[in-house]
Amino acid sequence: MNHQKIKFGQEFKNEYFGRYITYLCGGIIILLTAAILFFLTVKGSSLFLSDKYSISSFLFSSNWNPELEESKGGPQFGTLIFIVGSTLASIGAVLFSAPVAISLAIFIVVISPKLGTRLLQPAMELFVGIPSVVYGWIGITLLVPIIKSFSSLGFSLLSGMIVLSIMILPTITSIAIDSIKNVPKEHLEASYGLGATRFQTILHIILPTSFTGILTGIILGLARAFGEALAVQMVIGNSIKFPKGPLDTTTTITSILTMDMANTVFGTPWNNAMWSLALLLLILSFSFILLIRYIGSKKQL
Amino acid sequence: MKVISITSFLIFSIFGLSLCKGADKPQNSITIAGSTAMQPLVQEAAKVYMTKNAGTTINVQGGGSGTGLTQVASGSIDIGNSDLFAEEKLKDQAKGLKDYKICAVGFGIVVNPKVTVTDLSKEQIVGIFTGKVTNWKDVGGNDMPIVVINRPKSSGTRATFQKKALEGASEVEGKSLTEDSSGAVKKIIETTDGSIGYLSSGYLNEAANTSGLKVIKFNGIEMNKENIANGSYIIASYEHMYTKGEPNKLSKAFIDFMLSEDVKPIIQKLGYIPIAEMKVDLR
Repeated sequence: MNHQKIKFGQEFKNEYFGRYITYLCGGIIILLTAAILFFLTVKGSSLFLSDKYSISSFLFSSNWNPELEESKGGPQFGTLIFIVGSTLASIGAVLFSAPVAISLAIFIVVISPKLGTRLLQPAMELFVGIPSVVYGWIGITLLVPIIKSFSSLGFSLLSGMIVLSIMILPTITSIAIDSIKNVPKEHLEASYGLGATRFQTILHIILPTSFTGILTGIILGLARAFGEALAVQMVIGNSIKFPKGPLDTTTTITSILTMDMANTVFGTPWNNAMWSLALLLLILSFSFILLIRYIGSKKQL
Repeated sequence: MKVISITSFLIFSIFGLSLCKGADKPQNSITIAGSTAMQPLVQEAAKVYMTKNAGTTINVQGGGSGTGLTQVASGSIDIGNSDLFAEEKLKDQAKGLKDYKICAVGFGIVVNPKVTVTDLSKEQIVGIFTGKVTNWKDVGGNDMPIVVINRPKSSGTRATFQKKALEGASEVEGKSLTEDSSGAVKKIIETTDGSIGYLSSGYLNEAANTSGLKVIKFNGIEMNKENIANGSYIIASYEHMYTKGEPNKLSKAFIDFMLSEDVKPIIQKLGYIPIAEMKVDLR
């Protein structure tokens, strides 16, 4: 009797307790995600449902004028400028970052694993821990004056791209490292056995084999660049217009969100437009994740 | 085991927090939120109040004027701080809110020290901020392009500046840089040649704060306490505290304290003008 009791107690401790805690945590995570999705969808769609603003002018118009009086055509919430700004900044960041990240990954895995794993990889990991406000601050104090020396302002799309490219570098690099490490050793040996040089092996064996993995890293980097708010906002200038070139100022979805969210009144069309922008960001990042899943499933075939 | 205890602690604390919100607030605690411009002042006053009245808790949060007004109108906080009159932000929802003017604040027109201009008329300011004047030489200065540094459209500071200095003329969007805090505006004006912006007197109260900046006259009048108090310097507004209907006991006591002689030195130190010293109505 007594013996069994202890056994049950132990069993409870060893088996059920841990299991239920895990279930509970899993449940909470699912609930949280669903709640966020639900809340954002409800809030984000009220601009279109209750304020009757058309989705096409929200997405494809560049007329952002939330204060315009009813008599002069009502408030306008065309967000094309923000969408274009975010897209350009993120794609620019990836263009700067991806070549460096891929080269770094190749160096770390293939060329000098010793130096790579001892020095470069920890350095990369350090990058991840730097808060974005620090990136932004460094951007303002170092990068902006440098760019100012050859353009009029310094605050520019280019500054935003460069700051973002440094921020997403570790993401792309670490995923590229993993996928390059996964290239079967036999392939490399076969390549060397045929008399290929190291460069030829990298170019014709390693890069094509790890291509999908690297692509996943690039999309993750793109997603991170899209969602990054503070650092970009600090250096991009935040002027609500299309940039005339990389040295011109513009703004992004996240910038307008951080600047106007707290000061607009809950329930007003202006505030609802902010929520719609947040929903748009969520939809974009979800589609990035779906894209990664799709690429991942192709890889397995 | 450690992991489990940490997780369960987290879960319970989440539940605990949600329970707290549902429970009735104890009488000896109030929450204040809103204007980030007012936050330092209210925080400092709350600290003094709490040491004088042991057992009371006054939570002071930021969030922006919009947040403060919305939350006080919905009853989720006790006092909402705002840089603007509630009617300007909330329209109909402002009914039933009680306005307490705590102090007045001036807004200085600030330029980069390389700009030689020391005084701008209202017409010139309107020209600059609407994008019609783009070089300092057109307003009597040196040959240098003008860079306008603005605050976001939803900012209370920008709303006041637009109403008082620009007489409602709306700035041309896209010609100016926008920064979401006065601190960032200050930093950029210091480092950008030919830049112009506006900062509240809370940011211009000490010599250390104005180094690297040049505060210029508006219509020939300098921004200082006397000129704001007697109404000759017009770019100024009130800092408000709003309650929903009649304030509860502690809220009332704290608002009275904010208006008392005890807080006056704090108000002055932070660059504001106590409401008792205002000789004109700013509206």
